[in-house]
Amino acid sequence: MKKFLAASLLLIAEPGLADGPIAVTLQNHKFSPAEIHVKANTPAVIALTNKDATAEEFDSTSLKVEKVVAGNSSGNVRIRALDPGRYPFMGEYHSESAQGVVVADK
Amino acid sequence: MLSALLIVFREVIEAGLIVGIVLAATKGVPRRSWFVTLGVIGGVLGACLVAAFAGELASLFQGSGQELFNASILLLAVAMLTWHNVWMASHGREMARELKAAGHAVTTGKRTLAALAIVVGVAVLREGSEVVLFLYGIVAQGGTSNAALALGGVLGCVAGAGVSALMYFGLLTIPANRLFAVTSGLITLLAAGMAAQAVLFLQNGGYINILSDTVWNTSWLLSEDGIAGRLLHTLIGYSEAPDGAQIIAYLAAIALMLGLMRTVGKPAPRSVPVPQAGE
Repeated sequence: MKKFLAASLLLIAEPGLADGPIAVTLQNHKFSPAEIHVKANTPAVIALTNKDATAEEFDSTSLKVEKVVAGNSSGNVRIRALDPGRYPFMGEYHSESAQGVVVADK
Repeated sequence: MLSALLIVFREVIEAGLIVGIVLAATKGVPRRSWFVTLGVIGGVLGACLVAAFAGELASLFQGSGQELFNASILLLAVAMLTWHNVWMASHGREMARELKAAGHAVTTGKRTLAALAIVVGVAVLREGSEVVLFLYGIVAQGGTSNAALALGGVLGCVAGAGVSALMYFGLLTIPANRLFAVTSGLITLLAAGMAAQAVLFLQNGGYINILSDTVWNTSWLLSEDGIAGRLLHTLIGYSEAPDGAQIIAYLAAIALMLGLMRTVGKPAPRSVPVPQAGE
């Protein structure tokens, strides 16, 4: 396990991103844009800016992401290379309003 | 109130199941409640710290501080669980024997209590920091009345603790000579799941970029978002759509654990007092 991790850590080379980070804003516990388009089979980064005073957790089982972004702060969410399709995500602490979807287009 | 109840319930169960396994694995060991309590208190304090400094933590290591931190504490827990199991492999029989002798406190299990206290601390810290952030957020925005929030939180906590207690007492119905075999199996799967989760955090932090394609998808059968899926995720590391790196980490953790238990943790020969040098 340790050796495997050590070996993997040597392979840090970042795969080329199609474009720069995709800017997404969270305000009043709503994502904007709430529908984010990415190219299928290409990793992407969402630059999430949380304009609310309180922390939020960007949470998605299908995207395999759990990331806390503190209040009035920002954080990058890495999106792995996806098969074409729709991948819902939510702000776990305000899931009644903080909902969104990543759409991987062919 | 309902959302507070649900979130607290979910996180308390996730930490509580791990505490339940640790308690069952240390049945009969003197002072174990003291160590477990210490682990819980440390975890709660840690959770408050992590929640308070969430922004600062996240901005470390080019924005990957949170992922690196989560992966590190998970791997620490994996190491502690492995140590416990390896140690138990050589002393477990002795413990089971002592446990069967009625009224006889087990004295052999004390060695790995500190390791298991760390595991408890890590579990409480991870789940607890989410609870703290969530509850703080509600208080800060003043949407729900504090009384309703407190009620939801307390109910969620009680329900979560209740389910965890059920599992603990369920485990205790296993006869003493089988109990440690069962808990050691549970701990192996728990550690494997944590190792896979650590890899996921390293991937999300950008540290591992290989073998990230999904290998199979069983979300149609059991969703990880449902309560059963979540519990299995915590207990045995169930993932509805694991990728290659996660699967390798999972299997490697099991192989390492069993390999060490076979080699390092060979059952000790029946204890014969060895005269000390100079005696």
